[in-house]
Amino acid sequence: MSTKQPTKEATRDSYGRALVDLGHRDHRVAVLDADLSKSTKTALFADAYPERFFNLGIAEANMIGVAAGLACTGKIVFVSTFAIFATQRALNQIFQSVAYTGLNVKICATHAGITVGEDGATHQALDDIALMRAMPGMKVLVPADAEEAYQATLAVAQYDGPVYLRLGRLATSVITSDEEPFTIGRAKIMRPGRDITLAACGFMVEQSLRAAEKLAEEGIDAEVINVSTIKPLDTETLVQSAARTGVVVTVEEHSVIGGLGGAVAEVLASHHPVPVHRVGVPDLFGQSGDAAALLTHYGLTPENICHIIRQILTDGKEIVK
Amino acid sequence: MLSTASSVGRETYLDLEKRARAIRRHIVNMIAEAGSGHPGGSLSAVEILTTLYFGVMKIDPNVPNDPERDRFILSKGHAAPVLYATLAERGYFAVGTLSSLRRMGSPLQGHPDMRKVPGVEMSTGSLGQGLSVGVGIALGARLDNRYCRVYVLLGDGECQEGQIWEAAMAAGHYQLNNLVAIVDRNGLQIDGSTEAVMTLSPLAQKWRAFGWDVVEVDGHSFSELFQVLDSVAYAHKPTAIIARTVKGKGVTFMEGAVDWHGKAPDRKQLEKALEELGE
Repeated sequence: MSTKQPTKEATRDSYGRALVDLGHRDHRVAVLDADLSKSTKTALFADAYPERFFNLGIAEANMIGVAAGLACTGKIVFVSTFAIFATQRALNQIFQSVAYTGLNVKICATHAGITVGEDGATHQALDDIALMRAMPGMKVLVPADAEEAYQATLAVAQYDGPVYLRLGRLATSVITSDEEPFTIGRAKIMRPGRDITLAACGFMVEQSLRAAEKLAEEGIDAEVINVSTIKPLDTETLVQSAARTGVVVTVEEHSVIGGLGGAVAEVLASHHPVPVHRVGVPDLFGQSGDAAALLTHYGLTPENICHIIRQILTDGKEIVK
Repeated sequence: MLSTASSVGRETYLDLEKRARAIRRHIVNMIAEAGSGHPGGSLSAVEILTTLYFGVMKIDPNVPNDPERDRFILSKGHAAPVLYATLAERGYFAVGTLSSLRRMGSPLQGHPDMRKVPGVEMSTGSLGQGLSVGVGIALGARLDNRYCRVYVLLGDGECQEGQIWEAAMAAGHYQLNNLVAIVDRNGLQIDGSTEAVMTLSPLAQKWRAFGWDVVEVDGHSFSELFQVLDSVAYAHKPTAIIARTVKGKGVTFMEGAVDWHGKAPDRKQLEKALEELGE
């Protein structure tokens, strides 16, 4: 069913393709959007199955409630809008009508993170992982690339319960393979290494792999883990890696507060305390700019990841960004 | 198979009045026992729930998850006591459970939890969310060609929430003639009269402007409630019923008294309330 992969594709694009494939397989699949269907790519589903697509207009709180209602009638409901609106604008609705009820609603939010770019701070969701992770019963997924986003979309349809799926705007390299099945709750070691653990999610997995390649030239052997499920976190894989390398760096396109870094630090603090350094957007609002300039500004580049790792390994000091 | 109340013979008005009295006694008893809760907005909605559960809705307490059933959503979740009392009277669970209201470990949470109580269709409490859920259920029922109806009870103060009007707009847009919103128009909210706190009037015009049929009734009159609830079978649009009610109805010292929005009666007050309500 999956069409041929281009080498670069945005996770929102493969999400749109996955919805169409799901809609074909299962008549229970319904999709909601809040006037952003062309951007979130739910328009692909709307074209294929117009009777099961509902545009709720620019009213995100209501959209979440409508999703809960459709789920009450046995539908598998996918809800999409930009991540900032999906989470912050409808937070209490997600809490009460979706998480508390445990209903079968998949909140698939696109345009997450700083790479939204030019639209600026009001459109850049940098705390969505933290908000969704704190909700009891909510699964939180951040696919690394378009292939994984496609697989994750199919996987969440199979799971009965609330899910937050974080997707991006930018077309990025495909670094995972459809030969490895996607399993909710399992992190994958993308590159084994002995000296340091890089735990990353989303687009930052690719950035971390690039950093690891550069470091290898300098004799530093970094392990890179794709943590595509933030909740439930794959504690076993993370603890084993931390035990091998003795130091962990988390990398995410999200605030350093409460996201992947917070989740990993919480788990390691309990199970295997090692130094954890968090690379992410500092405790600041975003701003306008093209994605590449913003990634450089906030230090989310392979170069900066290398720089931080060199410092950690040479003088062992805490890096304060 | 579910049957409408009319096909099995509706309870007579006399029976309904008896039911309403029993439900009111449960409400004051359970809130007194719990030591907290919301009597005012529970008592104002007794006839509305009695009419729906004993005369209108296509439901079977023995098959609470039948996909063909009508749905009732208590969007004003703080009126949980009237919902619990009605469900128990209708046979969804034992009347004896009512005395556990708000206790640690009880299925009867302070605000309704759909995962804990048979017959509770949606978890509510934070106001403004039930109508959106009603829109979703109505859309789902339409997709599946099911002839079930969705009833959502809103507080009038609750209509100050913006999400109510987002949902109203969506229901009008999708012409959900299987959706009925009932506004418990008791005119009071925690800080005073609704019109003093935040003007709702003209409420009927607001709903009409969003594409709804609107009917105003006496919310304590079984005959008026039946008349309008029977007529929605022929609706082409969603229907809003503005039910004029008295907060605290049936217990004179609670009637129209803002203080009784969220306060439990003490032993003496309970005795007086039960005496007034009668057997």
